[in-house]
Amino acid sequence: MTALIETGSMKMPDLGPLSKRNYLNSGYTVRSWLLTTDHKRIALLYLMSITFFFVLGGAAATLVRLDLMTPQADLVQSETFNKLFTAHGVIMVFFFLVPSIPAVLGNFLVPLMVGARDLAFPRLNLLSWYIYMLGGLFTLYALLAGGVDTGWTFYAPYSSTYSNTYVMATAVGIFITGFSSILTGLNFIVTIHKMRAPGLTWFRLPLFIWSIYATSIIMVLGTPVLAITLLLVGLERILGLGIFDPRLGGDPILFQHLFWFYSHPAVYIMILPSMGVISEIIPCYCRKRPFGYAFIGFSSFAIAVFSFLVWGHHLFVSGQSIYAGMVFSMLSYLVAIPSAVKVFNWTASLHKGSISFDTPMLYALGFVGLFTMGGLTGLFVAALAVDVHVHDTYFIVAHFHYIMVGGAVMGYLGGIHFWWPKMTGRLYPEGWARLSAILIFIGFNLTFFPQYILGYLGMPRRYHIYPPEFQVLNVMSSAGASILGVGYFFPLTYLVWSLYYGKRASANPWRATGLEWQTPSPPPTENFAETPIVLDEAYDYKRMDGQLAEGGTA
Amino acid sequence: MSDETQAAQLSPLAHQFDDLAQQNEADDLGMWLFLCTELMFFGGLFLAYTIYRTRDEATFAAASRELELLWGTVNTAVLLTSSLTMALAVHAAETRHRQKLIVFLFVTMLLGCAFVSIKFMEYYHKYLHGLMPLLGLPFKWDGTSPGHAEMFFDLYFVMTGVHALHMLIGLGIMLVLLVQATRGRLLGGFSGPVRVTGLYWHFVDLVWVFLFPLLYLIGAR
Repeated sequence: MTALIETGSMKMPDLGPLSKRNYLNSGYTVRSWLLTTDHKRIALLYLMSITFFFVLGGAAATLVRLDLMTPQADLVQSETFNKLFTAHGVIMVFFFLVPSIPAVLGNFLVPLMVGARDLAFPRLNLLSWYIYMLGGLFTLYALLAGGVDTGWTFYAPYSSTYSNTYVMATAVGIFITGFSSILTGLNFIVTIHKMRAPGLTWFRLPLFIWSIYATSIIMVLGTPVLAITLLLVGLERILGLGIFDPRLGGDPILFQHLFWFYSHPAVYIMILPSMGVISEIIPCYCRKRPFGYAFIGFSSFAIAVFSFLVWGHHLFVSGQSIYAGMVFSMLSYLVAIPSAVKVFNWTASLHKGSISFDTPMLYALGFVGLFTMGGLTGLFVAALAVDVHVHDTYFIVAHFHYIMVGGAVMGYLGGIHFWWPKMTGRLYPEGWARLSAILIFIGFNLTFFPQYILGYLGMPRRYHIYPPEFQVLNVMSSAGASILGVGYFFPLTYLVWSLYYGKRASANPWRATGLEWQTPSPPPTENFAETPIVLDEAYDYKRMDGQLAEGGTA
Repeated sequence: MSDETQAAQLSPLAHQFDDLAQQNEADDLGMWLFLCTELMFFGGLFLAYTIYRTRDEATFAAASRELELLWGTVNTAVLLTSSLTMALAVHAAETRHRQKLIVFLFVTMLLGCAFVSIKFMEYYHKYLHGLMPLLGLPFKWDGTSPGHAEMFFDLYFVMTGVHALHMLIGLGIMLVLLVQATRGRLLGGFSGPVRVTGLYWHFVDLVWVFLFPLLYLIGAR
């Protein structure tokens, strides 16, 4: 009987720098990847696919920013511009941001963090990757065949009746991909409920698990509403139904209600997992337990619940009743409470910690600042009167990019760096990684801060011909985008480089707590040699550092 | 090694679970969560129905009277009976009665097919009476506000159509189960797939229990 892995003692079996047999070298054939049911391999399949879509969506954004350098339309035609920002939005939202952290880091980490051998439904997990790819193919077809010009929001009746672009193929693609998201969320919820290791009670779970759980609830309850909405739009185009078409007695506002009933919570599908990643990184790099564990955990649930009650703030100027508007405005303000709870708790966690500024921590600190900024401007646009002024302007664009890029993508990159040694068994080059984290932070702010001002001054979104006085700010924004592009290019390069030339990682290079660090890097296919038994809370860094000082292994 | 592989093939337990109880609980929870997504999916349709109904209740009631109450009632009885035979099939699988499992699965499928056939017959009647406002077909409505009547039939076809699609998916799954049952599988510890399919079937049944009064009964008679 070998020693059980216990977090209680924090003693680790000596695993060597790279164990001989792991999930990566257990098979090299294409078949062993495409038919795998191993959650870790599926996570890597997702990683490659969403990186592809990220580059594609980024290319569309590049063309948009290039075109906006001048007030005239000199790079592309107006129709092409409409298709470009639609492609950017559709790809980034449905094929990058929504699956990003859940499908990559969540898939990889949820079973490891709860001490299980795999997710509850491994074949379903593989199926959801195939569903995702099928949806992606439909969308790629739509893009290559000629594009879509409705914007990622598909507002009816333009999308259902008038647009002569490839709306159907894109809608089918998103409809299909939605099921991938539903099945992933379902798999996580069942796994977290039923597969936790002995002793791993709810309040001993890592905060990443809490936020993935909250995200999964939104995925399971929100995504089907988008599915039925897109189905009705599709049937309207094919069968001539009139649910949303005012000419046939339908109501386009109903489309907006149904669409935002999913698509507002979808914003929290993007940001909640990032918050989970940040809650893992900050304790590790300030060597102490997070301040207010239960508050951080429950605020994830509060955000998930509130997220379903605020969709009407997208309809303030769409002809929604003013009283409904007031209620939705109030409810939208409520979301600020759990969000602020998180920000204050993370900040308080730093207090008297011994902080080190490694790459994941740089991303985490960047996240806290940028998310606060995006969240506070969210309060501006949740106010009825201010929203009338800034609605459909670049202020909105800047606001949601601070959340989705400054928040979600920063968290994603921070998480990828933090768990890269665990996923690949290799360390990334720290110098290059810090440089690119700083470049991304600077580039991001230079890109999107001017857009707040542009929007406040009245530049509408989705237009590429604008008054000449807006050019300076637009050029600043495009310049920032080029820095941001360079910042994203670095990780793409050095992470691939590190696969071949990076230093071998030990089982726990960051001296972090958490079950995933107590198995070799990369982990064996079955995750743990023995089912771990958990005897203690998740973030006892004080004891871990104490044991390290006494000469224990990490 | 070969002994282990054989044991793995003979055991109903998937490798990621510790014991059968854990596996059964996970399967059940998974299906219940899937049914939650289905609930939200149909919820969008029920919302659309509610909104358009409150706009013109009189026309919705008049349009509702065009539906065939007799066939709707027969279909309700057929579907509820199929839920009973499904429950009996689950019981037969769990208590290792192979013959009974095959019979009850088969009867459930028969009843399901009967439901779908009656539904399509009703569709055909609507088509003959010019009450099928799809694909640019002419819509004949003598009463007031034909626009709202058309909306009723739009909703009628979408809601019952999506429901019928769920029936067909259920029938497909049951066909697979039936084939496996004839090969002597799905009994005792292996009965999980029958149980979760049963849950799904009861849910689809339950959706009809709401569709029937909303479309055929309320305000109309």
